[in-house]
Amino acid sequence: MAIADGDIASRPKSPGRLTGPKPLLWQVLGRPTGLIGLIVVLLTLATALAAPLVAPHDPRAISMGHRFKPPSATNLLGTDDLGRDNLSRVIYGARLAVEIAIPAVAGAFLVGLLLGLLAGYFGGWFDRGLVILIDTLLAFPSVILALALLTLVGHSIVNTALVVAISFFPYYARLTRGLALSTKHQTYVRAERALGAGRVRIMFVHLLPNILPPLLVVVAMDVPSAIVVEAGLAFLGLGVPPPAPDWGVLLNDGFLNVAISAWPLVGPLLALVFVTTGFTLLGETLRDITDPRQAGVRRPARFLGRGAR
Amino acid sequence: MAGYLLRRLLSALVVLLLTTVLLALAVHLVPGDPARIVLGEHATPELIAMVRDRMGLDDPIALQVWHFVSGAVQGDLGTDFVQSVPVTSLIGQVLPDTLALAFASILLALLIGIPLGIALARWPGGVLDRVTHGLSMVFISAPAYVTSLVLLLLFAVKLRYLPAVGAGQAAEPVDYLRHLVLPAAALAVFWWGYLPRLLRATMLEVMGTQYIRNSRAFGVREPVIFYRYALRNALLPIVALFGLMIGYSLTGTVYAENIFARPGLGSLALTAISQRDWPVIRGVVLMYAVFFISANLLSDLSYRLLDPRIKLDDDVEGGG
Repeated sequence: MAIADGDIASRPKSPGRLTGPKPLLWQVLGRPTGLIGLIVVLLTLATALAAPLVAPHDPRAISMGHRFKPPSATNLLGTDDLGRDNLSRVIYGARLAVEIAIPAVAGAFLVGLLLGLLAGYFGGWFDRGLVILIDTLLAFPSVILALALLTLVGHSIVNTALVVAISFFPYYARLTRGLALSTKHQTYVRAERALGAGRVRIMFVHLLPNILPPLLVVVAMDVPSAIVVEAGLAFLGLGVPPPAPDWGVLLNDGFLNVAISAWPLVGPLLALVFVTTGFTLLGETLRDITDPRQAGVRRPARFLGRGAR
Repeated sequence: MAGYLLRRLLSALVVLLLTTVLLALAVHLVPGDPARIVLGEHATPELIAMVRDRMGLDDPIALQVWHFVSGAVQGDLGTDFVQSVPVTSLIGQVLPDTLALAFASILLALLIGIPLGIALARWPGGVLDRVTHGLSMVFISAPAYVTSLVLLLLFAVKLRYLPAVGAGQAAEPVDYLRHLVLPAAALAVFWWGYLPRLLRATMLEVMGTQYIRNSRAFGVREPVIFYRYALRNALLPIVALFGLMIGYSLTGTVYAENIFARPGLGSLALTAISQRDWPVIRGVVLMYAVFFISANLLSDLSYRLLDPRIKLDDDVEGGG
């Protein structure tokens, strides 16, 4: 993994088709869906980063005299069952969601990338073993797999990220393997081999930069899927434990008190729809640009595979 | 074809077997005393001794795996810790409710998704097309627990049109169906976003092909071309989605059952988790895996059977 990491970082600029950041960005901005998606994604990241600056109140400040208040000038989204400010909790929730989802997806990607690359390039028994392992892990819907694992390891923020990573990495391994398989027989790779390039060099200097751009698009678009799984687990009481202001925790709190007040539910529900839709819009746009043949709709697997919903 | 069928079946069986082995091994894969992992930190010594004995944790690991796998093959998933009832009978009690919910959601998805898709393809660029475009993105993106909670808030808490809690009485079909509507709709929302767009895209693609243009040149009337010639071909990819739809619905039932307080596999798993009843958790997870593997198998085979032009290659197709 360290090798892969170093090699990605040390490459000055990969010669892939869609790596030129400027034209791609222009294309994204030129489409309404891309523009909206990009704004939402950036807004989410900015909120996560600047949570202490943006949030009007301390998300953990309990005020038993102000329970279940409807929206007002001081509490724009009202207060929850312990009198905490709903809006502040949702804003801090963005930070928690990003903090869990990005490391989880990044970790899953690095492991999946390395395994997939090795299996796709070398083939043989390692490849066959990996394929069986992937198929087995993919036989569990990711929520179910995560549920079972969290029961055994206990729930905490770190374990949630770990479990999400475990349920995501088989997809990346499979995807990378497929790309490596279809790339390794291309002429330029064979030419490189004929020139005497070693296996490690071919894998990381020639295969990797060529399969990385499409993979990175997929991976970036999986961040909301990770948020969805993570918040879902917390909602079921198995992910991030309360009183952390995780969106899933907020949903669960709100759900349990739905008969008294619906306001605690509004914030996290809107936040989840907003973030997932934003990422979907950006992802669809990126896919349409990078692969026009697939424009329109195809393959629900991207949404379904994670089995998250 | 026969060769593909055989290979695909065999690989499904291997995956199923490995899944079972993995579940038998699960408590040993986490560092620490398995009995303590299952029961948590605050378990009493008596409880731990009971679990050690019941799970045969003092046996060699290979023997434990064999016991679980051979039992599972014969339909025996052990007994639960709380009531000492066979796990399979616990699952059997709630399985019909989960299956009813899954199939109701697929039915709702098709009943609304397909006509809408036809309408979109009939008038592309029209008002309906533009309105639903943005909405479909929201529908595709919203997680099942979000759609469930929104429907719960709207129809059960605010408007009070439909019951929010439980599955109703199976003996009273109307009551049972009324309880099914909201959770099934919550799981169908994704497909209401997805199916119409898919159908629209494939319909427009088919309408641009040579045989449609030829039919037009021969003077075949437009409705006949649209509904009889084009639609039949455009529906093919949707039939091939059945497997995925089953898998998606079953996963979603975990949330929908929790939110609408319905009995079912998901509720059973969550109760078992709160009671640290590992045999039940393991059994339910295995059940889900069985459904998921069969759904994937069905999906691959139907794809292959329905459209012989398609050559499915898992290697190149990838999983993402």
